[in-house]
Amino acid sequence: MIEVRDLRKIYVMGDEELAALAGVTLTIERGEYVAIIGPSGSGKSTLMNILGGLDRATSGDYRFEGEDVAHFSDDQLAEFRNRRIGFVFQSFQLLPRLTALQNVELPMIYAGVGVAERRARAAELLERVGLGARMGHRPTQLSGGQQQRVAVARSLANRPDLLLADEPTGALDTRTSEDVLALFGQLNAEGLTLAIVTHDPEVAQAARRRITFRDGLVVSDERTGVPA
Amino acid sequence: MNPLELGRFALGAILAHPMRSVLTSLGVVIGVAAVVMMTSIGLGAQQRVTQAISGLGSNLIIVTPNFQRGPVSQAAGAGVSLRDADAEAIRKQVADVAAVAPVVRGQGQLAADGANWNTRIEGVTPEYLDARDLTIAAGRMFDEREARQGRKVLVVGATVARELWGDDDPIGRRVRVRTVPFEVIGVLESKGQSGFGQDQDDVVLAPLSAVRSRIVGRRSRGDSVQTIYVKAADEESLDRVQEDVINVLRDQHRIRAGEDDDFQTQNMASILAASQAAVGTFTVLLAAVAGVSLVVGGVGIMNIMLVAVTERTREIGLRMAVGAKRSHVLIQFALESVALSLVGGLIGLAIGVGGAFLVAKLGDWPAAVPAWAGPLALGFSVAVGLLFGAYPSWRAARLDPIEALRRE
Ligand SMILES: Nc1ncnc2c1ncn2[C@@H]1O[C@H](COP(=O)(O)OP(=O)(O)OP(=O)(O)O)[C@@H](O)[C@H]1O
Ligand SMILES: [Mg+2]
Repeated sequence: MIEVRDLRKIYVMGDEELAALAGVTLTIERGEYVAIIGPSGSGKSTLMNILGGLDRATSGDYRFEGEDVAHFSDDQLAEFRNRRIGFVFQSFQLLPRLTALQNVELPMIYAGVGVAERRARAAELLERVGLGARMGHRPTQLSGGQQQRVAVARSLANRPDLLLADEPTGALDTRTSEDVLALFGQLNAEGLTLAIVTHDPEVAQAARRRITFRDGLVVSDERTGVPA
Repeated sequence: MNPLELGRFALGAILAHPMRSVLTSLGVVIGVAAVVMMTSIGLGAQQRVTQAISGLGSNLIIVTPNFQRGPVSQAAGAGVSLRDADAEAIRKQVADVAAVAPVVRGQGQLAADGANWNTRIEGVTPEYLDARDLTIAAGRMFDEREARQGRKVLVVGATVARELWGDDDPIGRRVRVRTVPFEVIGVLESKGQSGFGQDQDDVVLAPLSAVRSRIVGRRSRGDSVQTIYVKAADEESLDRVQEDVINVLRDQHRIRAGEDDDFQTQNMASILAASQAAVGTFTVLLAAVAGVSLVVGGVGIMNIMLVAVTERTREIGLRMAVGAKRSHVLIQFALESVALSLVGGLIGLAIGVGGAFLVAKLGDWPAAVPAWAGPLALGFSVAVGLLFGAYPSWRAARLDPIEALRRE
């Protein structure tokens, strides 16, 4: 589903050049559950942002289901993020003025889904992540774990092909992390492709494939088979 | 996506900070209120001028001597005055003339039944009433014969009647005009204040020859008049009558081709047009000055919108991350700015209209809120919102989603 070849992201700061990605090549198949690990500053987030169409590589090839994402226009990228990708951030990134329900509706509004349909779907998704009773709450009225579950519901709104999560449990305690992790497990079991950046060994354990980064390069890529 | 949703986003942002939104649109409120008030006051002035000038008589041409006459014709010794003969000539030679009224004017003390009053004295012919659109309220106007004979009879204005006799009937009373005894035979219908602040009822009319011989006296030639009023039959013939009058008078005064006239003619229509143009220019000027405050209001909106873009950088980043196109962000912020300005415009319109009526009430001034004030005010506020919202919206739209999301 994803084919990345010799992907580079170079930041120029004054005279210095910094290669956040120094030539990454990898493929991810449909239905995979991939954990991306590695030390801080190794380029994990940079890769995720490029895969999610939030950022552009300096050079290299990125194909998503055969489409040449690297050469998408801004509008094509927006549509790509809207329809194909679900993104979960470490810091949740919910809009504080909106209720949980409205936050989940947001991607569907940009997709042009009608009011009744998107409201029903948002409610269904919140139900699904166990927040059926909290739909009218604003983010400030929710715990961290609840907020992250709203964010997961939002990422699923337009039935994406790929769910990207950048340290989704980084701001959560162990117990709530487990809830979110269980949710990811279920989603993958239902066929959703997942790529998760994490420092959490437990999260990494849950995945069936671990890609390790160092200095902008893939240093190991191991499949662990079906987790216990 | 449905563009209405972008409007909903914009409204949501405005309603999230009601106080701030109101303060932001205050500049536009003041600007629009000022523009509406100024144009209304200007239009009121225009109506008042129109009223004042048409009050002098409709389809009227006023002929007066030209004192700025060139030295050449002065040497010819034609004199500066108009004469009875000129009026006669106009009457005989110009077509479509409804009335020709030569006038001799004086000022003098009236004494009657122990009261005194100083007023304007106009020596006229009966046609004068027609020319100036005057009517008799009581009694009668003197007739042609009385006028020719120079009978010492008076038709008095309402103010004069009130000052000399109060509520008593003035008809048949004796009045001394500068010691010359006259008899009152009529009272003029009141015309009230003229638009120029002059009391049009403070006047008496007497036969021209009587005023000339008894009151104006020896100071002028025996057949001169100060003004000749010529009333055209209708509006269409006004310009042609004016031209004919000029030709007849040039002939009368033996002015050769190329020489300047020794008289001048003004027709009410052109006086009206000129004054309206002057007031109109003044109004535009006032409105332009008021418009400056509208610009200041726009800058206020731009300022707050720039702040909003900075404050909401993360929101913009998130919207882009979940699928908003740059155009969606652009339109959302532009709508927000237009809505702020439009609300300001609506409030300003209400205040402006209210203010115009208040000024009218307090200042005895006609309130004339033009019909186009509404569309104009709203059009302007939308334009201001678009113009000054353009730069902040563009800034929002060109943000990089990743950097925007990272912003604290
Ligand atoms: N906008 C930027 N300008 C300059 N350098 C940047 C920028 N963004 C990232 N970098 C650099 O790129 C490198 C990779 O960053 P990245 O965020 O991908 O690391 P990471 O693997 O996600 O680290 P962490 O685990 O701490 O989140 C880092 O050295 C970082 O300093
Ligand atoms: Mg990172």
